[in-house]
Amino acid sequence: MSTHGPIATHRSATGVPSGRLAIWWLLASEIFIFGGLVVCFVLFKLNGTPGFEDASLTSTAAGAINTFVLLTSSLSIVLAHAAIEKGDSAKSFTYIWYTIGGGFVFLGIKAYEYTGKILHGHTLTDNLFWSFYYTMTGLHALHVIGGMVIMALISFDIRKGHNYQRVELIGIYWHFVDLVWIFLFPLLYIANF
Amino acid sequence: MSQSTSAVATDTHAEHHEELSFLYKYILPIDHKIIAMQYIFTGMIMAIVGGYFAYAFRMQLAFPGDLVPLYGLVGPGEYNMLVTNHGTIMIFWVAMPVLIAGFGNYLIPLMIGCDDMVFPRLNRLSYQIFLVSALVLILSFFVKGGGFGGAWTAYPPLSSVAEYSLTDWGASLWLLAVALEFISFLLGGINFVTTAMNARAPGMKMLDIPIAVWFIVVAVILFMASVGPLVAGAVMLFMDQRVGTTFFLPSAGGDPLLWEHLFWFFGHPEVYVVLLPTMGIVAEIITVFSRKKLFGYRTVLYTAFATGGLSFVVWAHHQFIAGIDPRMANVFTVTTVLISIPLAEMMFSYIATLYGGSIELKTPMLWALSFLAAFLIGGVTGIYLGASAMDVYFHDSYFVLAHFHYTFFPITIIGMFAALTYWFPKMFGRMMNETLGKIHFWGTFIPFNCIFLPLFFLGLAGQHRRIYNYDHFPDLATQELQDIRVFATYSLIVMIFFQLIFVYNFFHSMFKGEKATENPWKSNTLEWTTLSPPPHGNFKVLPTVYRGPYEYSVPGRDEDYWPQNEAPKKS
Repeated sequence: MSTHGPIATHRSATGVPSGRLAIWWLLASEIFIFGGLVVCFVLFKLNGTPGFEDASLTSTAAGAINTFVLLTSSLSIVLAHAAIEKGDSAKSFTYIWYTIGGGFVFLGIKAYEYTGKILHGHTLTDNLFWSFYYTMTGLHALHVIGGMVIMALISFDIRKGHNYQRVELIGIYWHFVDLVWIFLFPLLYIANF
Repeated sequence: MSQSTSAVATDTHAEHHEELSFLYKYILPIDHKIIAMQYIFTGMIMAIVGGYFAYAFRMQLAFPGDLVPLYGLVGPGEYNMLVTNHGTIMIFWVAMPVLIAGFGNYLIPLMIGCDDMVFPRLNRLSYQIFLVSALVLILSFFVKGGGFGGAWTAYPPLSSVAEYSLTDWGASLWLLAVALEFISFLLGGINFVTTAMNARAPGMKMLDIPIAVWFIVVAVILFMASVGPLVAGAVMLFMDQRVGTTFFLPSAGGDPLLWEHLFWFFGHPEVYVVLLPTMGIVAEIITVFSRKKLFGYRTVLYTAFATGGLSFVVWAHHQFIAGIDPRMANVFTVTTVLISIPLAEMMFSYIATLYGGSIELKTPMLWALSFLAAFLIGGVTGIYLGASAMDVYFHDSYFVLAHFHYTFFPITIIGMFAALTYWFPKMFGRMMNETLGKIHFWGTFIPFNCIFLPLFFLGLAGQHRRIYNYDHFPDLATQELQDIRVFATYSLIVMIFFQLIFVYNFFHSMFKGEKATENPWKSNTLEWTTLSPPPHGNFKVLPTVYRGPYEYSVPGRDEDYWPQNEAPKKS
């Protein structure tokens, strides 16, 4: 009998490692959370709710830069995964920290945007558009922060030679965070109908 | 909790061999069986709270304005708080933790033949979040203004504006508790599905998995897919309450109907989320106690998938009079009536399983059969309500209330007793007393019908829900109707009295009962092949599976059962 935790953890009747399977299920449930918000937003927008024309006030340039930053950080987590596959934990460590750096740039630009909007009086309670704007981007930013914290923990773990498989798992999660942004960016920044 | 909880290849702790301290064995366990007990006992304690609330408001309905013994005066606000939290507790803190989290935790690893959940520490974390959610809910009863009273559906603007609900913090804490509970079950659910998919014993194919495990997995997936939008909705409602946004406030461009859609998009699949585990438990029991193979294993399974799929397109039948487009009401009437087809199919399969079997009326079997009978009434009355033409008249009447208690009481209470009496020997290593078990059964089942059958008539007589004192409504304050209310209340008190017999039987049998053998019911599934109670790690030698779970009374065998792990004879 193995002494490394329960045997159940190491079984793989489906052929997919349990960690990867669980991450996919986590993301499946996340899709419904963000999906619910997006559907509510779209329904209000299609109903012509007053205030939604404020979408033209969001800075498409800032959003575009952030999209670029986030997508680039996704590339670096892929490179971190490729490095750890080859057993190069030092290189993987570096790439993970590039990704975390990307997260910081993203949050910095976000904070700059928030400050500007709030100074112009577009606060959370200004109208429904801004309520959705802050709720959706805020929830997304929380996911970015959570991902960064977990990535930092994993980076120190792999440097000690532990849990290499977790780089792939956080990578899958990070792609999801990216994907959510890909939906939010056109909805909140581009679609000014 | 210093490390994250995913698969840990290099994790070294040898808890299989050393005796754990009390703290790590019972307070912070990672053993799925102990975590299951935590869920089940927490759920049962919450059931006492929920039952106590029911007692208090039923007494108010029977004897309006009188002091309720052991409670006190029930005013209108208090009445709303009691009914709201009775519903919330019974669904989110009794049905969910006992049936899904409790028995799911206990049964999945044992029935699929492995030593624990795939992520034991995630499992512990989800229980801890659940416990916090229960404490937050209880805290909400004691803040200024009292507990939330806007019904378990929490329709805004009543739930979102403190001036309307008069429970400023009660409403927010209630919402926070529900949201925490959702997070706990999302985490737990990921663990359940991953375990059932990946940790099966060698040889156990998809169609060798016991129906109880299958149905818990289907229920968990339904939950994961339906609760997401409501989590988003809960965030929005919480911000409406505390930050001043107007997502659901029509005066500022918001839409209260949106909440109803988000709530019922979750709320209706939720019925099947709690129904399916009980259906699975019943499938295990009726096959064992009629010594027959489950009729149509695949059919039963596929009907569960069909029910799950359809459950996502029926939600608006809760909103027929909420101002939705009548054309939409037609669509939802059709889908609602459609969903009764797979469920009826499932019922027929169960009845066909019983047909011609050697039925043995042990206590678990009585519970299982009574579930089928009671749920049938709940299901059939549901078809009336699914038809929008009739629902317009029945809506928010006691007919609706009686209908859903004929579904939820069998699911939650009868299902819980069925499972507890059936797996008690495995869980505690001792048998329960049969005579006391049967007295408790009849003392619960008869009063249950005496409480809720009359409520159908009250509903048809026009009695509206959520009224704390019918004296204010001359048409409803007649002596005949009041007599029915008193009868239902007395029946409830009788039922509560009989629960004392269960409590005695439960704890007495736990310590003094006759010792149980490994397989007292002569069942096939894997949990019965190990010691009672199973040791840490579950099996001495992890089993290999050779056949499906329902091979009872197979011709040509001496025994009328054939355990899943018994190696076929070499010929």
